[in-house]
Amino acid sequence: MADVNRGNRPLSPHLQVYRLPLVSNLSILTRITGVALIGGLTLVIWWFVAGAYSPGYFAAADGLLSSWFGILVLVGSLWALWFHFCNGIRHFFWDFGKGLELESVSRSNWFVIGGSVVLTILTLLIV
Amino acid sequence: MAFKTEYAQVHGLGKAGEGVHHWWIQRLTSVALVPLTILFLIPFGRALGGGYEALLATYGQFGHALTAILFIGVACWHFSIGIQVVIEDYVHGKALRVSLLILTKLFSYTLAAAGILAIVKILFSA
Repeated sequence: MADVNRGNRPLSPHLQVYRLPLVSNLSILTRITGVALIGGLTLVIWWFVAGAYSPGYFAAADGLLSSWFGILVLVGSLWALWFHFCNGIRHFFWDFGKGLELESVSRSNWFVIGGSVVLTILTLLIV
Repeated sequence: MAFKTEYAQVHGLGKAGEGVHHWWIQRLTSVALVPLTILFLIPFGRALGGGYEALLATYGQFGHALTAILFIGVACWHFSIGIQVVIEDYVHGKALRVSLLILTKLFSYTLAAAGILAIVKILFSA
């Protein structure tokens, strides 16, 4: 197709220069939090394995996870977990064609963001 | 099998050869994780930082041990198929893609087995 002019045609915005709407960023963040949660899950399983190994090893693992740094990582994981949880539920409804209207999506955006923060604080208050 | 037409043998299976099975398992595990996450987090958060006695007091109870085993098993399953989708989307070289997929599966199954075995041992030693 040598006669096609490929140089002067308008281009659609590339992903990197296009300002994504909030809903897309939240969707990407769901994937990122999902991948990051492996770290949290591995730490939790390590805590159990240490408990099965010996009381001395468990004291070290339990102490590390309840130190300020451990708490920082776990609270971060907790928020990631609730965010993934809230947006996962929204995606589940979308899979069945529910709540896909624009107004409904922009409302549920804030439910997901607010819900993840509220659930994180609520969990910290309960435990 | 031999009596099926060629079309019937592949109908609904798609390019991956297993149809919507993967999609369905992802939904099944996410729905299961909704109650399991809540049931797991509360006793775990309370036992965390409480030392060895708190561990035995919590996971020496059958119910807490059972929820923790179910949570870890289903979460590792959900994680293994979730990471598989991420690798399939972003890793394009075949050798690297297959290697990463194998590593993901081995890591998630090891993680699940280690967690479940540890909780069983804690339950019996309490």
